[in-house]
Amino acid sequence: MIFIVSFLVVLMLVGAAAASVFKDLISAVIAAALVSLVATILFYFLQAPDVAMAEAAIGAALTAAIFIIAIRRTKRYEE
Amino acid sequence: MRKIVSIILLGIVASGISLSLAKIPFGVPKTKVGTHYINEGIKETGATNIVTSVVVSYRGFDTLGEVTVLFIAAIGLGAVLTASGREKMRKTEPASLVLYTGCRLLLPLILIFGIYVFIHGHLTPGGGFQGGAIIASGFLLIYLGCRERRINQKASKLIESLGGLAFVVIGLLGLVFGEYFLFNFLPKGTPNTLFSAGIIPVIYIAVGFKVGSELAGIIDNLIEES
Amino acid sequence: MKKVDDVISFLNSYIYYIGAFGLILIGLYIILVKRNLIKVIVGLGILDTGVNLFLISIGYITKGTAPIFSRPGLDSEHMVDPVPQALVLTAIVIGVAVLALALSLAIRLYQHYGTLNLRKIREQKW
Repeated sequence: MIFIVSFLVVLMLVGAAAASVFKDLISAVIAAALVSLVATILFYFLQAPDVAMAEAAIGAALTAAIFIIAIRRTKRYEE
Repeated sequence: MRKIVSIILLGIVASGISLSLAKIPFGVPKTKVGTHYINEGIKETGATNIVTSVVVSYRGFDTLGEVTVLFIAAIGLGAVLTASGREKMRKTEPASLVLYTGCRLLLPLILIFGIYVFIHGHLTPGGGFQGGAIIASGFLLIYLGCRERRINQKASKLIESLGGLAFVVIGLLGLVFGEYFLFNFLPKGTPNTLFSAGIIPVIYIAVGFKVGSELAGIIDNLIEES
Repeated sequence: MKKVDDVISFLNSYIYYIGAFGLILIGLYIILVKRNLIKVIVGLGILDTGVNLFLISIGYITKGTAPIFSRPGLDSEHMVDPVPQALVLTAIVIGVAVLALALSLAIRLYQHYGTLNLRKIREQKW
């Protein structure tokens, strides 16, 4: 049990570091959505189902969607 | 130069946070008000989902403040983006028939699921904010799949304003019938049934419709190309 | 074998705090160092997620269950604290509202200046 949680936390930190390094902004947004997804699973392990539902619907789906719409109206690559 | 100062600042913040985090024990009950809400929650409010009773009944005024913040953000976004200049119209090719039909078939199912989630907010995990987000992602599917459809802007603004107004009116009715704002004046019923917990399902229905139409309006404002 | 037991017991007590602390640090690093405005907003979102994870992990009680009475007469001795969950529910929705408003301002900036590089915007006067 503790190894599953450690693996998920390491995956979350690797995703956050990747969001900081990528030069293509859409890849950075997808890495941030991965961080939200793993946070949803961790919220479920901490016995909070309401918060897990809210984070899954809002953090993983709507945040990534509005980021990609905004990137489409501006530049795609970081300078 | 700027990078070195930032890294030094981050080092100071990191050492401060880690020194204080090492003193917090993990998994030990820390406050007494939580146990009071768990023990007396069903008797005082009638809702079996304790988190819902805390959000709507014990700390209902904070939820009113949050609904106001969401409203201000949606208005600000609409005000900033409609004054922008015209952009060149991008040519979008129409979607294929399978995608078009599939998205139109899925939309009523997603809407029914979202309405189910916020109607049963006081019995199962769920509530107004989660149901509203599910409804908004249903509308996002229509924007992605069927390219030329837009939602009716007048209807979405009307539903959003009516939802917020219903919340405040229910609170003021509590002031008229009882002692304080957001007083629970409807009968509490037996717990674990649908018509229980007084005003909590009514408030969550208003909040669910409001949040759903608000997030769909935000996406519509962002997508609008001239 | 004692070292492995030490590591497992340390992880058992602090793994969630390490995760939240790491996310807060990475979010702060992106906000302070990066130059593109949209990447700074991504960092703001990561910082938000880290703080919410920290708040929920404070309310956890060992071997507790979710605070919902799905069957009448459920044991209410070992339930998790419900107050931090209510606070975090509010915080998640406010986080997405702040991100939407920040992105609309970024779009307006791009239409006015033609670039999203913060160094170049700071050099121009108008």
